[in-house]
Amino acid sequence: MLEVKKLAKSFGNRQILQNMNFSLKDGEILTVVGPSGAGKTTLLRIVAGLERADAGSMNLDGEEYDLSQEERGAVGVVFQDFNLFPNMSVLENITLAPQLALKEDKEAAEAKAKELLAKLQMADKGGLYPYQLSGGQKQRVAIARALAMQPKMLCYDEPTSALDPALRDQVADLILSLKESGLTQLIITHDMDFAKKVADQVLEVKPLEG
Amino acid sequence: MKYVMEILPSLFSGAGMTLQIFFETLIFSLPLGILVSFGLSSRFAPLKWLLNFYVWLMRGTPLLLQLIFVFYGLPIVGLTFPRYMAALAAFVLNYTAYFAEIFRGGNQAIDRGQFEAAKVLQLTYGQTLRKIVIPQVIKIVLPSIGNEVINLVKDSSLVYVIGLGDLLRAGNLATARDVTLVPLVLVALIYLLLIGLCTLLLRQLEKHYSYYR
Repeated sequence: MLEVKKLAKSFGNRQILQNMNFSLKDGEILTVVGPSGAGKTTLLRIVAGLERADAGSMNLDGEEYDLSQEERGAVGVVFQDFNLFPNMSVLENITLAPQLALKEDKEAAEAKAKELLAKLQMADKGGLYPYQLSGGQKQRVAIARALAMQPKMLCYDEPTSALDPALRDQVADLILSLKESGLTQLIITHDMDFAKKVADQVLEVKPLEG
Repeated sequence: MKYVMEILPSLFSGAGMTLQIFFETLIFSLPLGILVSFGLSSRFAPLKWLLNFYVWLMRGTPLLLQLIFVFYGLPIVGLTFPRYMAALAAFVLNYTAYFAEIFRGGNQAIDRGQFEAAKVLQLTYGQTLRKIVIPQVIKIVLPSIGNEVINLVKDSSLVYVIGLGDLLRAGNLATARDVTLVPLVLVALIYLLLIGLCTLLLRQLEKHYSYYR
């Protein structure tokens, strides 16, 4: 269960988000749509802890977070351009954080990573480096990397924008299959068809006047 | 040929001093350069100003002046260093400044997205630097660092001004004593050999980092 209350954010004297409230049940998908400049990405960055809000609170699975601080705990992010670590193989990209932050031992982390890769039809790609992957493959590595940290929620920033239009349906299927496994997901997109296809709930963000 | 064999031992012992300065400068100034580079992009303004001033000072005055200053100048105000210590201190201070600027450029080339990805994966700042940023920076700066390393081999000949017996000094003495060009030619050959080795090693290192793009 995700509940965001009274979220507000401004840059300088430009108010971007104001008194924003929404909630999302476990295992559901929320898509956030709206024109560029409306604050969709800012919303994601605040929920993920990459940006401090001016005010607001977030409750994730009973855990209360002050959105004007940066501490968020278990929120995973799939970035628009994926931000894989180029100096590490696919497997190292996935196992790095579980080993360092969750103190998993190497064998356990690798076993779990291989399981995730198999689930994402990437079983044979563990030894490759990011530059050797296509856009769609990079995205699946980014998803596996986020999932390896056992997030309570996974956020996507424009998951279809860096991909071939033909891959759009594949991404939709992938997101829906993750939903079946009970993952709560928040998706920023400007692609309305895509948003409607995967969403349980659509949140429209409009640019504020003035 | 007989003459060559006669002067080679003194040239080699001079080359030993050259190599000692070379390696010890690198051992200290490379890690220090990395540290200073982070300080140069620190959000704590006084530290940034201080380090910028240091870099400006070191790059803005000749290394030869710095050597003379430390060894002949500082004793006037009561700070006396042994010859070798003075040389090493001047070299480390000077090269740290150049390395710091090179690393700073490398740090800036790292996409902010890398830090953000590390942050949402709950890595600490230290872990992010160690596992993600520094390995990528090293790959980026390797060619520029290589340039400085090669410069250092030759710059080490400046210690001759404070009376340390390096390779150039050994050759110069032999030439003055025996009135022949041979020692200087040999000195040039030894420098070329050392720099050839450095170049090869640096190429290997670049190759080692070419496993990703």
